[in-house]
Amino acid sequence: MNESHESEKENMETTTRPSSLADVANAKEQKVPGTRAMGTGLETRGIHAWFGNNHVLSDVNLDFAAGTVTALIGPSGCGKSTFIRTINRMHEFIPGAAMAGEVLLDGKDVYAPGTDVTKIRLQIGMVFQKPNPFPSMTIGENVLSGLKLSQQKVSNKDELLEECLERAGLWNEVKDRLGAHGGSLSGGQQQRLCIARALAVRPQVLLMDEPCSALDPGSTLRIEETIRHLSDTMTIIIVTHNMQQAARVSDYTAFFLSDGGPGQMIEASPTSEIFSRPRDKRTENYVTGRFG
Amino acid sequence: MSTIAPERPIPAPRELTTEPRFSDKVFRAVVTAGGLSSLIILGLIAIFLGYRGFEILRSEGLNFLTSSDWSISTDDAGNVTESHFGIAAMLVGTILCSIVAVAIALPVSVFSALFMNFYAPGWLKKILIAIIDMMAAFPSILYGIWGFLVLMPSVEYWAKLLNHYFGWLPFFKLHPYVVTRSPFVAGVVLAIMIIPIITSVSREIFSQAPLDRIQAAYALGATRWAMIKAVVIPHGKSGVIGGAMLGLGRAMGETVAVYTVLNIVFQINWQVLLGAGGNVASLIILKFGEASPYEIKALMAAGLVLFLLTLIVNAIAELIVRTTGKSGR
Repeated sequence: MNESHESEKENMETTTRPSSLADVANAKEQKVPGTRAMGTGLETRGIHAWFGNNHVLSDVNLDFAAGTVTALIGPSGCGKSTFIRTINRMHEFIPGAAMAGEVLLDGKDVYAPGTDVTKIRLQIGMVFQKPNPFPSMTIGENVLSGLKLSQQKVSNKDELLEECLERAGLWNEVKDRLGAHGGSLSGGQQQRLCIARALAVRPQVLLMDEPCSALDPGSTLRIEETIRHLSDTMTIIIVTHNMQQAARVSDYTAFFLSDGGPGQMIEASPTSEIFSRPRDKRTENYVTGRFG
Repeated sequence: MSTIAPERPIPAPRELTTEPRFSDKVFRAVVTAGGLSSLIILGLIAIFLGYRGFEILRSEGLNFLTSSDWSISTDDAGNVTESHFGIAAMLVGTILCSIVAVAIALPVSVFSALFMNFYAPGWLKKILIAIIDMMAAFPSILYGIWGFLVLMPSVEYWAKLLNHYFGWLPFFKLHPYVVTRSPFVAGVVLAIMIIPIITSVSREIFSQAPLDRIQAAYALGATRWAMIKAVVIPHGKSGVIGGAMLGLGRAMGETVAVYTVLNIVFQINWQVLLGAGGNVASLIILKFGEASPYEIKALMAAGLVLFLLTLIVNAIAELIVRTTGKSGR
């Protein structure tokens, strides 16, 4: 966070708002998408979503290249969370929920008839707003819980455990107490535990629904570092209300908005562009803090 | 302004008081009366039973619990000449019938609670809840009559089957070969009676399983059954045990249905399939009608024992709920 603050200050004289967020976006290491990531990414085609008769999301078309981080921003109730929940088919758990359109993972529709939905969720992991470790399991069991839940067997459990906790940035803090219960960790540690848990089933895509909204700034920073590291090997889609966070972690940003009707995707661009040269007036108003 | 603060002594904590308003005092009195009344009623019943039964308990001593002899002889003037009171057979019968009942009712109830919460469509769930609540309100004599007329002939078939294949277990031995009116039949009737209570307690606790953990499990690629094992059962375990204990308590105290179905014999019988047994409550109803004042005292003593047995079971339930309760939450 310090680095980005400094770069912000340096540029303060030469540029005007809203480009300060763009500078934050430029300050991070720019990457070539898809270096080591699995798969070819994710595409959504004409996604609509309903809750009962309430049309909440209309015609969202977005592509997510493998190995990139995409931030979804927009005011509350614009359908961002609903959108990512259609991607891993969590949307359909809500009674009365319906959707239309296609979600293509490596070119295959996850809603195609005959698809095993549990396999889809293994490939598209999810981290929720509120940390939700399983309280009856230890830290170690929590990390490996996905394997048990999906009835998979691995030979090198200890290695996998260490690798996942390491990648989630939690290994050093918990390596001496893997047998302690998940609930004994702080909120930020619990969230990183949930990230480690999601990593253990080796997803290609990781969906994060406001993963830092319940956390303090220090924990937020740790998780943002984790996201940057993870994006080398997987595709990440993160919903956030924090535009600084969007600027800090994402390569691409999509702006969602509802004008009273169903939520729509207004604009999607490289993150530095959306904060410096938004194409749409409504995006500009939002990213400059004029509303929302 | 930089003066050195003098060393100040650490004060004792202040007593925190408040003067409640009149309306609050009235409400407090009403609520307290409500809360204490159940305690007072329970205490009065215990005192009544103890007072009436004390004479018998003292004259019989431990025999009251260990012998199975229930006889009373009077001379022509109606004075008691000799009496033996022992409820061992009835205690064994009480425990046997209740265990059979819980063993049958618990899995049925847990599965039906899981079905209602996680598998049944909304309309079916509503119908099932209504039916099961109705089962709980159903008069027990009707269960007893139905059990006697309808259930017993078919349960006999199952009893024979159990004996045929599991007769080598002491529990399922059958000697002499009398399969009607056995604790097993009574247990099945009791099971049907306690299914509603265990089901509704389980359903309630399962429905409180936290949604965020359920979603976490699904998001990790869990099947529904895997999710239930990982989230719902750990969360609901202690509540289900509590519900089972409530059911056990009801089964132990059940009178009319058992009286209708069971063959009451004053002889200790550990064979569930054998047509002999009884429980403490059915003993009381059997003898109460024609009992002399002296025998009624013995029945009161039996009532006191049943009362204490129920208390002990509930205390054990409380203990189990407390020790297993925390891990899943």
